[in-house]
Amino acid sequence: MTRLKADQRHSVRFTLNGKPVEAQAEPRMLLSDFLRHQLGATGTHVGCEHGVCGACTIVVDGMLTRSCLTLAAQVDGCELRTVEGLAPSADRLGVLQQAFRRNHALQCGFCTAGILMSLDHYLAKNPTPTEADIRDLLSGHICRCTGYTPIIQAALEAAAQLASPQKETSDA
Amino acid sequence: MLQAVTSANPGRGDAPWVGRSIERVEDAALLSGRGRFIDDLGVQPGTLHATILRSPHAHADILSIDVEAAKRLPGVAAVLTGGDVKAVTTSLVVGVKAPVECWPIAMDRVRYVGEPVAVVVATDRARAEDAAELINVEYRPRGAVVDPLGAISPGAPVLHDGFPGNLASDRAFRYGDPEKAFADAPHRFSIDIRYPRNSCTPIETYGVVASHDAGEDAYEVLANFQGPFSIHTVIARALKVPGNRLRLRTPPDSGGSFGVKQGVFPYIVLIAAAARVTGRPVKWIEDRLEHLTASVSATNRATTLSAAVASDGRILALDWDQVEDCGAHLRAPEPATLYRMHGNLTGAYDIHHVKIRNRVVVTNKTPTGLNRGFGGPQVYFALERLVQRIAIGLALDPLEIIKRNLIDADAFPYRTATGALLDSGNYQEAVARAVEQGRLAELKAKRDDVRARGGLYGIGFTAVVEPSVSNMGYITTVLTAAERRKAGPKNGAQATATVGLDPVGSVTVHVASVPQGQGHRTVLSQVVADVFGLQPKDIRVNTEIDTAKDAWSIASGNYASRFAAAVAGTAKIAAERVASRLVRIAASQLNVEAADIVFAKGFVASKHNPENRIAFSRVAALSHWSPGSLPDDAGQTIRETVFWTPPELTPPDDDDRINSSLCHGFIFDFCGVEIDPTTLETRIDRYVTMHDCGTILHPGMVNGQIRGGFTQALGAALLEEYAYAEDGSFLTGTLADYLLPTTTEVPEPEIFHMETPSPFTPLGAKGVGEGNCMSTPVCLANAVADALGVADLTLPLAPARLAELVRGAERLPPAGRATIAPAREGDRWLRGEGQASLKGAPEQVWAMLLDPDTLQSVIPGCQRVDKVTDTHFRADVTLGIGPVSGRYRADVELFDLDPPRAVTLRGGATGALGFGNAEGRITLAPDGNGGTKLTYSYDAAIGGKVASIGGRLLDGATRVIIGQFVTALARKAGGGSAEGGGFSLFAVLAKVASLFGGRR
Repeated sequence: MTRLKADQRHSVRFTLNGKPVEAQAEPRMLLSDFLRHQLGATGTHVGCEHGVCGACTIVVDGMLTRSCLTLAAQVDGCELRTVEGLAPSADRLGVLQQAFRRNHALQCGFCTAGILMSLDHYLAKNPTPTEADIRDLLSGHICRCTGYTPIIQAALEAAAQLASPQKETSDA
Repeated sequence: MLQAVTSANPGRGDAPWVGRSIERVEDAALLSGRGRFIDDLGVQPGTLHATILRSPHAHADILSIDVEAAKRLPGVAAVLTGGDVKAVTTSLVVGVKAPVECWPIAMDRVRYVGEPVAVVVATDRARAEDAAELINVEYRPRGAVVDPLGAISPGAPVLHDGFPGNLASDRAFRYGDPEKAFADAPHRFSIDIRYPRNSCTPIETYGVVASHDAGEDAYEVLANFQGPFSIHTVIARALKVPGNRLRLRTPPDSGGSFGVKQGVFPYIVLIAAAARVTGRPVKWIEDRLEHLTASVSATNRATTLSAAVASDGRILALDWDQVEDCGAHLRAPEPATLYRMHGNLTGAYDIHHVKIRNRVVVTNKTPTGLNRGFGGPQVYFALERLVQRIAIGLALDPLEIIKRNLIDADAFPYRTATGALLDSGNYQEAVARAVEQGRLAELKAKRDDVRARGGLYGIGFTAVVEPSVSNMGYITTVLTAAERRKAGPKNGAQATATVGLDPVGSVTVHVASVPQGQGHRTVLSQVVADVFGLQPKDIRVNTEIDTAKDAWSIASGNYASRFAAAVAGTAKIAAERVASRLVRIAASQLNVEAADIVFAKGFVASKHNPENRIAFSRVAALSHWSPGSLPDDAGQTIRETVFWTPPELTPPDDDDRINSSLCHGFIFDFCGVEIDPTTLETRIDRYVTMHDCGTILHPGMVNGQIRGGFTQALGAALLEEYAYAEDGSFLTGTLADYLLPTTTEVPEPEIFHMETPSPFTPLGAKGVGEGNCMSTPVCLANAVADALGVADLTLPLAPARLAELVRGAERLPPAGRATIAPAREGDRWLRGEGQASLKGAPEQVWAMLLDPDTLQSVIPGCQRVDKVTDTHFRADVTLGIGPVSGRYRADVELFDLDPPRAVTLRGGATGALGFGNAEGRITLAPDGNGGTKLTYSYDAAIGGKVASIGGRLLDGATRVIIGQFVTALARKAGGGSAEGGGFSLFAVLAKVASLFGGRR
């Protein structure tokens, strides 16, 4: 097992949205700070730094993870997915993202990345969720702008669209 | 069931863009991680990072601050304390005339938990935080007061000498003849309200990046500030520079504000001072604990409201007695929360006689500031609870009382007794439509059904006038007419908008509206597209502000729901001015009369002969390429900036009448709630909210504002409170303590609309962002009161609080085992007792107890124990509780020694994470088998950060720690290894003191 020294920076390498990345981190550096400040992946936001608000949620090796409760050094060698990896291309939005835009499921957009990651992860495994399922899933996210119901509506719409044989992929 | 409001299809015929729910231009970036929030933006290389050391005490003198060890830490550039900040700044202005100062950092004395005491600036945030832990502050605590009525009672601790008796302002007002109305009225109803503290808590915290140019003595600041930009003058004055040497900019995106980010301004001063002292740019991002503890809060208020009432339920007069708690400092623009509603103290009702006493007090709590609803929740909670009381008192339907008092539909514009000019409305119609569309009859039947089967079900009503576009002069109502004459008039609400055409004829709009998620860019693109006959995608909108380059005024910013009514309308005027010149240019080019020109589908054309047309971009670009070919009277069409202020917003008159806001929307809410008879949890069965916010510019966004406000209000009604212990300790420092609504609590409200355009705004729109924060808390409370049949309710309506109302105070748990519980609610004193059986005689245990070496080896996390005297020990211990661990210096003395039978220990501990005090009595008695029976009892209390974030974990943590020590004691005393070791009550007490210290 690698031993890290508290007063030294260590190389951390992992795959971020399919691309290899590497940067230096002190052992105490949070993954959220590492993503944002070392790698410039600022789409993942920090709202509370104690695991309640859900804004920093990402996917690590297929598991939903609070990046504010994870040390950068912990994900060495892992596969990470963040909000930057959701869109099919830079000028287009994915089905879930489009549903959010259509339903006004975001206002300030600060909490949105975490919510998108939770939904994206969940819908891939649960293609026909009920409203209760979505409410349960998103109970670990705090949004102060929308009152949640447009988010739930967007999630259900996206699920239906993703499950239907003809996937609509209109431009962003 | 969800009520979907999805976006309209763009490009639908010639219908105007305004009024359609088009998709937001903001969203693509925000949905793909490309937002540009303040902490997403790069900074200049070499930028330093600040952290703030804050007071663990609610009220204390600072005896000394030792920063030497912090300064020596590698990477630390500076440590600023009060004196250092004072050397480069002046006090912030205070909102009332009084000899008090208001600094962004403590000067010799702290007055609330979380008040800045030192700013550490280092190469990175982590190093700055390391250094902050090394700062040693010696405090001498003073008595604290957290209750507004307690603060003005005789003998209360005084916060500021300049506010005698903690009273910052005391004004009385009289409109009509309230005394006669009360004397003549057949009925008088009265209610006492304690409105709690809460906050809309944006998920993005404060952020500031500041730099100072010593050559020009000029500051540049980037901050997620939201306005009003009247605060720019406060900041510049504090930094001792003229306004043109404070360049204040905002980032492109801001992660919510709801008023709260107005409160970043003291930190702008603080971080700018740090930049000046270090000569380097300095960045500070607030963390969540800081935000909850010390950013800003809505005011809590104690109100007594009485009404003179006729037999038919008509309210003849109101008598308001409001005591407003602004926290430890009266920061600008306070006491605005109290006066924002001054013109609206009669709500939606036709009441002619009003008496008011307004007192503003200071307490040992976080200073208050802007918060969505701003004064509305406090006022309507009293007024609409009273309306329900009147109905019960007169045995009438609450809805009937509302209807009998509503302002007549033909009375608009209607001047309220206290001076507001209500612009438009038809309240009766709105109520009738809501009752029908929201199916009130169905709810009443449901209530009957649920009650018939023994359940708890209630219905609540609220009628509310929602003011928007604040008069910048309303706050001067706190001054007397004579003081106002001396200070000069203040009024109006300047909105600004700039419309520019570039050399290829594309359109750019800039406004000083500083949105935090409200979609201003989208709405403005609709408004301006309609004027020019273009599509929203053709219009590029910028809402960032740069005070060095942009048009702005004191009213600029995003507050008082002013965007739709004021800013969007101003953009329309600016676009129309440009359009009117383009008309003249096009008329001359097309050889038609100006009156014949129309803008449509990207062309400027003749109405009569649509084939006679010219591309918009071509006309628009002409000012750049060929100014000589413009008609003489056309002027330039490159850029037009409009400043718009409504003439209706006049200063307070000599009789203190104030038109505090320009627009007045109307809201009528009703709801049905069912309360679980076992858990007393309140479930919202249906919430109906009818809005008349004038012309609707974007239905999706209007509903978004309503849902968002409703959800924040639901939190305020059922979950949220910034809780303080009586000693001023802040108890809700995490989002696990300060509970916000989640998907599992928030239903979809049934939203209905009526549109009565405002005659006072360019687009007929009124504000809509704050109404439900005003109407919903009291509507839910009225429903809960109806369900439980209780008269007095205090928010939040948490199950425990309702249980007390319904079932009385909770019984104490059965005696027997070790128990640890606060002596009473809100009290951080913990009391406990227990016992253990140990091997080894009492003499042996006693000896271990007093030996520092053995103590050090058995106290987990103990770095060292020093024996000062035989009965006085000092120890350094590190321990974690809940999410934080930290170092504490413990100091314990022994009293009443009765070796080897009994001893009293008394001690305290302090550290970066808090402070505490504990006292315990230990008795040792032979158990008859050569061992010892140990009995202990203690009182302990805590304060500071540990109280804020570990509060809910204290009971469990205490039990665990004491359990560990008792176990260790039993083992060590029985084993007696060569190295010694052993149980120590000192260790227990040191631990407990570290954890639960407290009052001194």
